[in-house]
Order: sequence, then structure tokens, then C-alpha cells
Amino acid sequence: MQTLTNRAKIVERKPMSMGERMYLPAIFKGMWITFKHIFRKKATINYPEQKRPFSPVFRGLHVLNRDAEGRENCTACGLCAVACPAEAITMEAAERKPGEEHLYREEKYAAKYEINMLRCIFCGLCEEACPKDAIYLSETFAPANYQRQGFIYGKDDLLIPNPVTEPEAYQKALGGRVVKEMTH
Amino acid sequence: MLLTIEWPVVLEKLILIIIVVSGSLVIAMYTTFAERKVAAVIQDRRGPNRAGPFGLLQPLADGLKLFFKEEIIPSFSNKALFILGPCLAMLTAMMTGAVIPWGSSVHLFDRTISLQIADINIGVLFVFGVVSMGVYGIMIGGWASNNKYSLLGGLRAASQIISYELPMGITMIALLMVTGTLSLNEMVVQQQQTMWNFCYQPLGFLIFLICAFAECNRTPFDLPEAENELIGGYHTEYSSMKLGFFLFAEYINMFISSAVMATLFFGGYDIIPFYDESAWGLSQNTMAILGTLALLVKIGFFLFLFMWVRWTIPRFRYDQLMNLGWKILLPLSLVNMLGTGAVILLKQNGWHF
Amino acid sequence: MSITEILFWFLTVLALGGAVLVVASRNPVYSILWLIVVFFAISGHYILLNAQFLSIVNIIVYAGAIMVLFLFVVMLMNLNAESEPPRRNNLIFASLVSGCSLMLVIIGALRSSEEFIKSNKVLAGGEAGLIKVLGKTLFNEYVIPFEISSVLFLSAMIGAVVIARKEQ
Repeated sequence: MQTLTNRAKIVERKPMSMGERMYLPAIFKGMWITFKHIFRKKATINYPEQKRPFSPVFRGLHVLNRDAEGRENCTACGLCAVACPAEAITMEAAERKPGEEHLYREEKYAAKYEINMLRCIFCGLCEEACPKDAIYLSETFAPANYQRQGFIYGKDDLLIPNPVTEPEAYQKALGGRVVKEMTH
Repeated sequence: MLLTIEWPVVLEKLILIIIVVSGSLVIAMYTTFAERKVAAVIQDRRGPNRAGPFGLLQPLADGLKLFFKEEIIPSFSNKALFILGPCLAMLTAMMTGAVIPWGSSVHLFDRTISLQIADINIGVLFVFGVVSMGVYGIMIGGWASNNKYSLLGGLRAASQIISYELPMGITMIALLMVTGTLSLNEMVVQQQQTMWNFCYQPLGFLIFLICAFAECNRTPFDLPEAENELIGGYHTEYSSMKLGFFLFAEYINMFISSAVMATLFFGGYDIIPFYDESAWGLSQNTMAILGTLALLVKIGFFLFLFMWVRWTIPRFRYDQLMNLGWKILLPLSLVNMLGTGAVILLKQNGWHF
Repeated sequence: MSITEILFWFLTVLALGGAVLVVASRNPVYSILWLIVVFFAISGHYILLNAQFLSIVNIIVYAGAIMVLFLFVVMLMNLNAESEPPRRNNLIFASLVSGCSLMLVIIGALRSSEEFIKSNKVLAGGEAGLIKVLGKTLFNEYVIPFEISSVLFLSAMIGAVVIARKEQ
């Protein structure tokens, strides 16, 4: 038969020679291979102390964004919920009252915003759908929990720290995000 | 007093027994840890490193876990034999340590104390007797569980151990023809003065090593507990510390058979081959301690070999196991025995045909 | 009582009690386990007679190998109360008679050997059971019976192979 690549290796089915039937050379060869592996670099890392760096495009836990003055970006338009293929996002809209201008950027805001992390598939379509740059996926993942209830993240879990009152926490939560936006 | 007992001797032996038993328990404990570490490094992993520094408290944690597990005795099992099984496995595993010379003698309190619990003149045969008893623990445990998988595991263990005892015994005959003694201590003394027996009996050592792997139910001969065909083999129904006893007995067996191999073929407590250590001019006690350390180093090497092979070579099929035992090892050991006998006879006749 | 005597009586009770339990046990696996106990007790007696080699060979061969095979077969056959054959009265009578006659023979043999034991105090504390003495005796004085018995074993082995071979 004509081979396509000439890389196919034909399996030999002939009976083993006397040397092969003694098996000992093959056993020593195998033992030498495993012995060499003792000195290899370990593939495992010591997890809580060492962490693997995530790629900048990693899609992890969601964050609800604020603008530079600490006002929430989200206007509860519902585009993210519509875009979500797993139907993990629910929200309730509310109207901004006079005197709340320092809290919400626009007249409408999300009074309740919940993401079910057990349903979420971390596809990032909500991030792409958002017209207000209000939601993005961070470089962390949802920690384990004992109850299912614990995986339903509300607004207080998702909101980024206020840049005015807690600037360090805000910078930390942004992570590699700043660099990404600068390059845009 | 009608019972005349030499109390100092009894006390001395009692202390020695306690040291050997607790020592082999501790070593077996850390062998489980070493097994996991060796498995890890061979597979490019790190192994247990959370409990204590470098994970050194891991065996304690494992033992504690086994103690606190629920004790389950199946309702259709034979309760007395179900409990007897692991006890017997543990007992026979501990008994062999009695005849192994752990070192030469030390001089303490104006007494010369031999570091061997019992220097009986049939030491090698005692080892064999106890090893052949070891299978009862597994068989009884497997049968009393009233479970098909356990029974199959027990039967496999029995036929495997009987099949591999034969080549092992015939290899021993060849070795005994070379040494001319059955006492393990005398064998070590002979090896100190001349060469290690490994030089006389390399083929015999290889056969003995393979048989020792089979007798300890270690991979590639771990068919009695082949988990992917027999679930857990003879210890399927066992839980808690009774399971711990079975697992522990395996590691003690490994330790003891390493000690036996080191004693029979690699000079026991002899420190350096082809060299007279008495030229160092050290005191008797220092030499004894150094000798014991040398024996422990040899045992450690064999334990590493056990693990190294386990994480390299896949398990045999049952017919392959039986073919290897009966069709290869048995004739090979017979040839080895006959050849050794012929050479010894020729040597006695002054190489005159 | 010296320690040897205490051990002697302990081992004797163990051996005889075990032997009775071998016969009396309803479960064949128990019978075999008691038989192993009996073998151990007999090995203990050998040690008391300073015949360590015989004792350890008894353990290796009988308790270690043959009994394992017995246990193996019984476990595979899975004998239980339902498969037990019904007891017949004449069978019990026959076994009683044969047992009693065997006992008579043994007692007779023991009585006649009393004189022999008294005249030859080689066993207790002697060296007759040690491996060197045993080997020399076997290969000098009793070499022909020894070799004949080995030929017998060999022919038995070959016979077993012939029987076990499949019909071609």
C-alpha cells in the first residue's frame, strides 16, 4: 500500500529472539527510564504557596466595574443576560433617586445583579455584549463552597472596590486589566 | 524455685525483641511514606509534603485516619476468622525478624550481647517456615469475608506463594551448598571473611529476588490484590485498622525480605566487601553499630528496588505468572543447583575430572 | 515441674485437643485450621526433642504447603451443611471399629517400643534430630531406602503429570 507520509512504522509481529525472550534487558531499560525521571523537573507546583500565572486573556470570575469616580457602570440593560448562553445572569433594574449621583453613573441601575457560578460557562459573551464596559471576567476562579447557595454571586460579591475610598484594593482587582485597556 | 530461668538473658532478649519489633514497625511506617515519595518522583510529582516538615508526619496521619475509620464486619462473614486473618498476617510478618542477625555482638554491662534474637542452627529454614505461614492470613481473611473477589484473591495468593516457594527453596539449596551452614549468623561471618555470596551465586540471587517479589505480593506479582480485576482482592471487605494490618504486613514483609536478601547474598552487617574492617582498630561496640548501619543501608537499597520496580513494571497476567514460576524459574534454579553442586564436587577433588 | 515439662503438657493438650476438634468440627475449613494447630504442636514436640530440623521441615512441608493445598481445595469446593452426606448408622459403627483397632495397634506398638526407648536415650537432649547427624545417617546408613523413596516420589510426580495431561 502506498503510504502518504512515509512516517508510518510497521509493527513487527515476528517471534521474539532469544535475547528478547529473556526480558531482562528490556526490564533494565525500563528501570533506567524511570530512574531518569527521578531527577526530572517536577510538573506539580506547591499550590497555595505557589500559583501558576494566568494568561491575560483568562476568563475567570466576573467583576462589575466602576468608573474613575467610583460610580457603578451597569445600567441594567439586560444585554448580558440575553447574551448569556447558560442563562446564569439575572438582574432587577431600578431608577436612580436624586442624591444618588455619586453611586450610579446613569439614571438606571441594577438594584439586584446575580450570577450563578454553577451555571456560568465562563465564555465571556457577557463581557462582549456589555455596551457600558460594566462587566468583565477577571483572572481568578470561583472558590469551592459547601452549599449551592454560595455559588450565586450577588452584587456585593461582584462589585469592584471603590477607587475613591479603597484605591489599593481597586488596583489589585483590576489586575492585568489596566495594561490591556492602555493598549487598545 | 522449680523454674530456673536466667533472668539477665531473658531481659536482654526481651529488650532486643522490643527494639526489633518497634524498629521494624517504624521502618514499615516510613516505607509507606517512602513508597509514596518514590512513586511521586518517578512520575514527576512531589508526593506528600503537607503533614509536618517534608511531609514526615504523613504516616502518622495515615495511621490515625485508619484508626478512626468505621470498623465494618460483614454480616455474612465468619467473624472469628475474619479477625484472625489480619492478625495472622501481622504476626507472621513480625516473626521472621527473630533470626536475622542485625549486627555483630556488643559489649555492655560486662556482658557480650549478640544483636540477633535467636541464633538457631536452622535459621534459613525458619525464615521459610514463617514465610509459608504468611499465606494463611491472606487465605483465611479472603475466605472469611464471604465475598467472591476476596476468595479469588486469597486463592491467587495461595497458589502464587506455593509456586514461587519452590524455586526460592531450590536456590537456597544451592546457596547452602556453598556456605555449608543453615545459621544466618554463620553465613554472615563467612561472608565477612571471604566474599559476599552474591559473587558465588549471581543467578541464584536473581531467582531469589524475583521470588521475594512474588512472596511479598509486590508488583509485578500483586495479583492477589489486583484492584482493577478483583476490586481489592483479599482485603475487599476489610476496613479500619484490620485493613491497616494487611497493608502494614505487606510493608513489614518487604522490610524483612530485604533484610534476608542482604544477609544471605550481600554480607549482612559486613561493611565493605573484600576488606578486613578490623584494620581500623575501632572498638567492638563501634564496629557493631557501624555494621548495623551498613545492614540498614543495604536494606534501604532493596526497599528502594522494590518500589522502583513497582512503579516501572506492569502487572503480569495470571498465566504468565504461573509460566514464569514453573516453566522458567524452577528449571533455572534446578540448573543453578546442579551446576553449583558439580563445581563444588570438582573443587573438592582438586579440579580433577 | 521444669519448663520443658510444662511445655510438654501444654503441647500435648494442644495436639490432642486439636486432633479431636479436627474430627468434631462441622465446618471443613475449621477442621483444616485445627489440623494446622496439631502440626504446630507436633513441631513443638520435635523441638523439645532437640530435633529442630524435623520440626521446621514439618512446618514448611505439612503446615505450610500441604495444608495450604487442602485449604485451597476446600475453599474452592465450598462445602457447607447442605452438601453434607446423610449419616448412616452402619457407617458410624464401621468407623468406630476401625478407629478402635487403629488405636489398639498404636498402643501395642508403643508398648513394644518402651524397652527400646529405655535402652536408647538418644532423642531427648541428644543430637539425633540435628541436621548434620540426620544428613550423615540418611546418606550413609539409610542411603538405599532414601534413594528408593526419592525414585518413588519421582515416579509419583511423573504419574501425576501423565494423569493431568489432556488427551491428545
